[in-house]
Amino acid sequence: MKLDVKRIHTGNAKWSLLFTVLLLGLPLIFSTNNYLLSTLIMVGFYTIVSTGLTLLMGYAGQISLGQAAFYGIGAYTSAYLTAHAGVSSWLAMAAGAAIAAMVALIVGIPAFRLREHYLALATLGFGIIVFTFFKEWKGITGGLNGFFGIPPIQLFGFPLQTDFQFYYLVWIFALIGVLFARNIVRSRVGRALLSIHGSEIAANSLGVNITKYKLQIFMISAVYASVAGSLYAHYVTFINPDLFGIVPSIYFLIMVVIGGTGNVWGGLIGAAVYVCLGELLKEMVPMFIPNAGGEFEIVFFGLLLVIILIYMPNGLSHSLSKVLKRVSSTSRHRKEPILVAENENAGSVGGEH
Amino acid sequence: MDGWSQFVQLLFSGLTVGSIYALVALGFVITYSVTGILNLAQGDFAMLGALLCITFVNSGIPFVIAILLSVVAVMAVGGLFERLAIHPARNSSIATLIIITIGAAFVFRGIAIFIWGTQPYALRPFTGNHSLNVVGAVIQTQNLWAIALSLVSFIALYIFFNKTYIGKAVTACVVNPFAARLMGIEPRKMSLGAVAVSAGLGALAGIVIAPVSGASYDMGVMIGLKAFIAAVIGGLTNAPAAIAGAFIIGILEAFTEGYLSSGYKDAISFGLLLLVLFFMPNGIFAKMSGKRV
Repeated sequence: MKLDVKRIHTGNAKWSLLFTVLLLGLPLIFSTNNYLLSTLIMVGFYTIVSTGLTLLMGYAGQISLGQAAFYGIGAYTSAYLTAHAGVSSWLAMAAGAAIAAMVALIVGIPAFRLREHYLALATLGFGIIVFTFFKEWKGITGGLNGFFGIPPIQLFGFPLQTDFQFYYLVWIFALIGVLFARNIVRSRVGRALLSIHGSEIAANSLGVNITKYKLQIFMISAVYASVAGSLYAHYVTFINPDLFGIVPSIYFLIMVVIGGTGNVWGGLIGAAVYVCLGELLKEMVPMFIPNAGGEFEIVFFGLLLVIILIYMPNGLSHSLSKVLKRVSSTSRHRKEPILVAENENAGSVGGEH
Repeated sequence: MDGWSQFVQLLFSGLTVGSIYALVALGFVITYSVTGILNLAQGDFAMLGALLCITFVNSGIPFVIAILLSVVAVMAVGGLFERLAIHPARNSSIATLIIITIGAAFVFRGIAIFIWGTQPYALRPFTGNHSLNVVGAVIQTQNLWAIALSLVSFIALYIFFNKTYIGKAVTACVVNPFAARLMGIEPRKMSLGAVAVSAGLGALAGIVIAPVSGASYDMGVMIGLKAFIAAVIGGLTNAPAAIAGAFIIGILEAFTEGYLSSGYKDAISFGLLLLVLFFMPNGIFAKMSGKRV
């Protein structure tokens, strides 16, 4: 996706630190509110996936409409290896990541010779093929009936089962993911990627090995998705193929677009807005339209996608970072914009209980 | 049922599905040729057409008028979509435009959920529930309707693009937008018409297939994607090749379903897509046929 990324934004260190402290302190205050915790855990999973996808789309300028396939590869590898083969959950997660990276490499080599429309199509086709295998490879995935009884993840011999424990697990992964993305962006690789984004021909003529960097970032984004999938499988203990089809891939895309591809925090912001808005819509819409059923919320996400792309193509993270910059320069005010996001969340909690 | 009659049966179901894919694929080709946009909401026009037609028929409007009304209505939706979503973003990158059409597809699907819910609907066949017996295979008349109607559409489009002024103007924009502008044709105005015509073709496809496989809010996804494969196989700007591609996909699917397993048919179609993309990115007919519409 070609957006006007003139400069690499990695966020202000002070705000990032404050946000991290806030995020990690939150469950201590709301430790009994399982709805809030489980919602934020979902934000965590999606943050991991969409941070990887942000790297791919924002920094390498490539599009992937099949990211849920990698999410599924992680989830099913973890599920199968821990439930049926008795492998430790960490080893299974690593295996999932390795398989995802391998698949990304195999698919990426021919796919990244394609551009724009054709690349979008190829990743879409790849996503559907993997989805078909999840559905049909019943011996391993359980087919459409799903995969039951995935054991909890173990840490030093203790199973992590409560939302409180899982919150920390997921968010530590998510924050490490963001930190890692930040380091990639600031490295030689990041600058190379950005040059690809700017002009492939120019980058190539300056000796940037385009295909190598595109492939590397595609594999990294696959590993992000796979790790998130592994964690997700252990969290919900039941998975089915529909979680990893084309529609979820498009939801990941929506998160990246909402958050904006010019900032490493974009994935997190997009994931938070996506989950909170989804929860809010599930609360609100049936009040106005009582017989609304199915995934009616797609109409709102579709509209949001179109509107953001037309009127705010740099996403929310761009606007937010501008606001934050103004706040830091004028006064020592609290970090309001992100608190707004948290409040929105709390509002939907109020609706639930 | 012996081997031969099964073959004929599968061939006909492949031709039926293929003609539906062909109608939608033609929409892709027209939109792509004129605007340079791959409209991923194309399949959802089929869904809207089918569901609208069912609603009209159920409210007592005569069948033929219901079909015309729904095609016109979907053309209007297509035009609106072009004005509200495509036109304002026309200078964005291709990736942005693709994602916009995905967003539009979601909006159409969501609106369909609000209006029609998630349950499937049935449309009665165009001419009763007759069937023909061809060497032991049972062919529903609706299948013949599908094939015949798509053939008529192809001929109508051929005449439109080659014999009428507007059609020639569109063709000119496709072949050489710069030269067309010099001749006083505004390529951007053609964009609206192209999307509307594509929407109408999609709606027709949805209406034709509804008596065979029913209609529901999510029927457009797979129709759209398969038509997409057909268009890519044909090289995206070559209408006859896209039609051929559509029939190849339809027949391939029917035979996969009949002789192998229905579960893997999507994987096989998309596997073909990847093979074509990776090895013959200009379409499998690139060397055989001439250029574009």
